[in-house]
Amino acid sequence: MDQAPPAIALVALEKRFGNLHVLRGIDLAIAHGEVVCLIGPSGSGKSTLLRCVNRLEQPTGGRILINGENICAPDCDLDRVRTKIGMVFQQFNLFPHLCVLDNLTIAQCKVLKRSPAIAERKARAVLARVDLLEKIHEYPSRLSGGQQQRVAIARALAMDPEMMLFDEATSALDPELIGEVLDVIRSLAEDGMTMLVVTHEMGFARRVADQVVFMDGGLIVEQGHPDSVLGNPQHERTQRFLRRMSAR
Amino acid sequence: MTLTRRRRAELIRYAIYAATLALVTWAVAATDWTRLRESFLDGDIFLRLFPDILVRAARNTLIFTFLGFTGGLALGLLLALMRLSPVRPYRWAAALYIEVFRGLPALITIVLIGFVLPIALHVRVPGTYGPGSLALAIVTGAYLAETIRAGIEAVPRGQMEAARSLGMSHGRAMVSIVIPQAFRVILPPLTNELVLLLKDTSLLFVLGTTDQTIELTKFGRDAVSDTFNGTPLIAVALVYLVITLPLTRAVAWLERRQKQAVR
Ligand SMILES: Nc1ncnc2c1ncn2[C@@H]1O[C@H](COP(=O)(O)OP(=O)(O)O)[C@@H](O)[C@H]1O
Ligand SMILES: [Mg+2]
Repeated sequence: MDQAPPAIALVALEKRFGNLHVLRGIDLAIAHGEVVCLIGPSGSGKSTLLRCVNRLEQPTGGRILINGENICAPDCDLDRVRTKIGMVFQQFNLFPHLCVLDNLTIAQCKVLKRSPAIAERKARAVLARVDLLEKIHEYPSRLSGGQQQRVAIARALAMDPEMMLFDEATSALDPELIGEVLDVIRSLAEDGMTMLVVTHEMGFARRVADQVVFMDGGLIVEQGHPDSVLGNPQHERTQRFLRRMSAR
Repeated sequence: MTLTRRRRAELIRYAIYAATLALVTWAVAATDWTRLRESFLDGDIFLRLFPDILVRAARNTLIFTFLGFTGGLALGLLLALMRLSPVRPYRWAAALYIEVFRGLPALITIVLIGFVLPIALHVRVPGTYGPGSLALAIVTGAYLAETIRAGIEAVPRGQMEAARSLGMSHGRAMVSIVIPQAFRVILPPLTNELVLLLKDTSLLFVLGTTDQTIELTKFGRDAVSDTFNGTPLIAVALVYLVITLPLTRAVAWLERRQKQAVR
C-alpha cells in the first residue's frame, strides 16, 4: 500500500500573465496537519501560488493535487473542491450586505445544503471559537479590522474545510490588532489544521510553522524547518530578505 | 480696489438677488391674469376632470410605468449579464441591442413595436397594455442594462472571489452576493430611470388609444380639444408632479444616505 497522498501537492506549477512569468515551476508538498509558512518579497508570486491552490487563478502549467486528486483535470468539480479549502484574504472580503450570521450561513445553506437551523448552530460554534459570538447580528462595517478578519476565518471554518489558505491575513490590520488574528491562526495549527500561510510575521512563522518556504522571482529559493530557513539561511537572497524584514 | 474678495462676492450675490426679484416682479405685473385664469385655470373645467383623470388616466400611466419598468429591469439584468459574459457572441449581441435602442428616439421604437412588428411578423402583442408596455420595456431595458452593468462592476472583485472560495458557483455568487450589492449602489440612478420612463408613457399615444389605455398626457390633450381650454393641461401637469416629486425626493434621500453609509 502507498501511504496517503499529501493534502496539497504542487508539481512543476507555472503561471504566466501574458508575458509575465509569475510562477516558474513550483514543487511543494504539504502533509495533512502540516503548517507551511510562505515568505518572500512583494511581487514574488506568493498570492498567485495561493490562489492557484483553490483555482481562483488558472495555472498555465504543471499540476495541483488535492488529496491526490488532480484539480486541473477538465472534469474536476471545482466548486466541490473549494468547499474543502478555506481561504482568508488580506482585505477580509466579508459580504457587507449581510450580517455576521448570514455571512457565516449563506454558503453552508446554498452550497452544502445545510438547513438554516444547523447552519446557525455551526455559525455560533465557529464564532465562539474566534471569540465573537456577541457580534453575531452586527454588520461587518461596524466591526474593527481584527474582528472582521476573525469573522472571515470563522466564515471559512463554518464550511468544515480540510485545509486553510491565508494570504497576508494580518497585513491590512493596525499593529495592535494583529495579535488577536494570529492567535486564532495559531489555535487552528494546534488543532492540526492543514495550512498554507503567506505572512510577513517572521516571529509567528518561526513559532507555528512546520516548514518555511522562501520564494523569490516565482521560484522556491529555500525551504525547510523554520529554525534553519529563518535562523540559519543558506541562500544569499534569503539572508538579504530576512535582514530587510528585521530592519523594519 | 479696496474691496476684499469676500465683500465683492457678497455684492455680486446681492446684485443677483435684486435682478431675480426684478424679473419676477415684472413677470407678475406683466402677466395678463384675467386671460390666464380664463384659459388655463378654469375651476369648473378643472373639477369636471375628476375622477376620470385619476381613476383612468393616472391609473393607466402608472400601470404602463410599472409593467414597462418591471420588464425593463428583467431585460436590463439579462443584457448586463450578457455584456459581462466571457462568451463573445453574447457580449456582441447585448452591445448591439443596447446601442440600437439607446440610439433611437423612444417614439420610433414604440411605433416599430406597435405597427411594424405586427405587419412584418404577423405577431400582435396580446393584452390591453401589452404593446405599450413591451415597447417601454424594450427602451428602458437598454438604458438599465448599462446602469446595472456599472453597478455589478462597482462591486469589488474580492466579493466574487470570496464567494467562489466558499464553493459557490459563478451564478450562485452573482445572485446571492454580487447583484444584491450592485442594486444598492444603483438605486438612485434606477429611480431616475423610473421617473424618465413615467414621462415616456406620454409617447404611447402614437399607438392609438382606447378608453382602456388612455394615459395622462393624451387624456389632457383630448380634454383640451373638448373644452377649448388649457386647464386640463395644468391639471395633468399637477398630477405628474404629485407622482414624480416623491420619487425624485426619494432619490435625493437615498443618495444622501449612501454618502453617509460607511463601508
Ligand atoms: N491578474 C494579474 N494580471 C497580471 N499580473 C498579475 C496579476 N496578478 C498578479 N500579477 C503579477 O504577478 C506578480 C506576482 O504577484 P503576487 O502573486 O501578487 O505577488 P506577492 O503576493 O508575492 O506579492 C506581480 O508582478 C503582479 O503584478
Ligand atoms: Mg500578495
